[in-house]
Amino acid sequence: MSNFSKPTDSSTSQAGSQTIERARHPAADALGMFVKNRAAAVALFVLVLIVVAGIVGPIVYETDPYDMVWAPFSPPGQEGFLFGTDYLGRDILAGILHGTRVSLLVGLSAALMTVFIGVTVGALAGFFRGWVEELLMRITEFFQVLPTLLFSMVIVALFGPTLTVITIAIGAVSWPAVARITRAEFLRIRELEYVTASRASGTRNAKLMFSVILPNALPPIIVQAALMVGSAILFEAGLSFLGLTDPNIVSWGQIIGSNRPYILDASYTVTFPGVAIFVTVLCLSLVGDGLNDALNPKLRQR
Amino acid sequence: MGTLLKVENLVIELSTTKGVAPVIDDLSFELQAGQTLSFVGESGCGKSMTALGIMGLLPEKVGRIASGSILFNGEDITKATDDRLREIRGNDISMIFQEPMTSLNPVFSIGEQIAEVLRRHQKLEKAAAWAQAIELLDAVRIPDAKRRASSYPHQLSGGQRQRVMIAMALACEPRILIADEPTTALDVTIQAQIFDLLEDLRAQTGTAIIMITHDMGVVAEIAERMIVMYAGRMVEQGQVDHVLSHPRHPYTKGLIDCVPHLMATLTEQRAELTEISGIVPSLAEFGQDTCLFASRCHLANQQCLQARPTEQHFNEQQLVACWRAGEV
Repeated sequence: MSNFSKPTDSSTSQAGSQTIERARHPAADALGMFVKNRAAAVALFVLVLIVVAGIVGPIVYETDPYDMVWAPFSPPGQEGFLFGTDYLGRDILAGILHGTRVSLLVGLSAALMTVFIGVTVGALAGFFRGWVEELLMRITEFFQVLPTLLFSMVIVALFGPTLTVITIAIGAVSWPAVARITRAEFLRIRELEYVTASRASGTRNAKLMFSVILPNALPPIIVQAALMVGSAILFEAGLSFLGLTDPNIVSWGQIIGSNRPYILDASYTVTFPGVAIFVTVLCLSLVGDGLNDALNPKLRQR
Repeated sequence: MGTLLKVENLVIELSTTKGVAPVIDDLSFELQAGQTLSFVGESGCGKSMTALGIMGLLPEKVGRIASGSILFNGEDITKATDDRLREIRGNDISMIFQEPMTSLNPVFSIGEQIAEVLRRHQKLEKAAAWAQAIELLDAVRIPDAKRRASSYPHQLSGGQRQRVMIAMALACEPRILIADEPTTALDVTIQAQIFDLLEDLRAQTGTAIIMITHDMGVVAEIAERMIVMYAGRMVEQGQVDHVLSHPRHPYTKGLIDCVPHLMATLTEQRAELTEISGIVPSLAEFGQDTCLFASRCHLANQQCLQARPTEQHFNEQQLVACWRAGEV
């Protein structure tokens, strides 16, 4: 017993048996896991290409998507128009490139809004429990039982089809899922020992919520957010298809919506924007799966 | 040395599905500055509840302090506001927990976590807090503290994590350190290191320690005074050497007899290793006006079943709650 009391004894024995690994942030480990998932890595790469196309595309490919550049319904590949022209003779490729920005922007901002509302509601409910939780979860359930498409259509119809309103409408119907996940994580984590230990060292509630519990609750929220971007893009396309969109702004859904009557005569007018939506949402979904694998400690050993 | 902590007639109630049970039933004790006090008893005897009660961390809506007072430096902390309690926690009274594997936040480096406590209570600047954190890690004998400070909890062994917990608990040089079974989850060799460390730090800083344990060996090794708890009640308290050599309560005697003595094996006559038959009564039975140990006690008689034993003094130093104390 007494031989342990000298500091040198214990330190040398430990340092000798254990080489000190370089301290890595847990996020770095997760990134390593993510890259190992091939599908997710490829999807992320494609996603980056799409984002770059959205940013650079309209600058490089200068054709205005609203200009009549050629005869209507000219099939893809002819006369230098890679994806053909629509019923007004507008270049579909230009439309898709310009629409990329809008679709991604709507998807991202709707997802951000979803996460913001969902995390706030879920965190308060899961942390304070009691009547706060009762009230917030009843509100969440109220939003959850509303038919989402119908509810968002009502919002857009009431406030007019601008991008802001559409984004808010999507956010307003999507946040309950995030709120429920956040609440569940908070309920689980608040009972863990390190939270009690942190409380025992005098941490305030606000700090406990946002700098102790929230960072540990983030993985499932991040995964949900990635999937949310995809579903928001789909949602926007769905609303556009029904005509609930700003006619002055090109988005993928809007191209499909405006060419809807000619779907049998000139299917390519809806196919190409449809493929753009499909590939983007698929990539977002695969990235979400990859994040799930990377951030889920139970799957780390695989 | 003055009285640092004075607990008087403390009653802590826990709501269960069957009603309210007093998990701590009329507990009184004093802790002097720099003293090491040990709470002993089986699981479910209210040792941890006492600790959580002092910290003001009883499970919300389930546990509450029903009556009695906890005087820290003369201030009744059962009546303190939440803000005042937060000032005290971690700064004047701090606590280390049983499970070092889960008591550290996995997403922050250990240096950040120690620095955080220093910034909160000592209002240190970021860089100063970090430097101090490294010094603290060095003080708890973490090798290569400077580099280790940026390690994450999962990169440390159990013993190292408990050292980090100790460093964090001692960061603000608290007056009282509550250690709730700090070594139960660790190897025996690591246990000895942790106790030596606590002992050294106590000698350096003069922090009083409340050690909660079920291990009589631990008590004998580090504590000066001990309180034996049974079913939420104090059954015996006194100087460790007095209590261990002359236990007055059959439960204390039983606990001591459960521990094998290494020296005993060297002699021809080996004392039989005994156990205390039976189990701790369920919460529903707590608070009855009988001796709660009677069902497991070979000395129990009618009186034990009819009334709760009163506390009696033995040689000024030892306090025992047993009707048959004289016969043990």
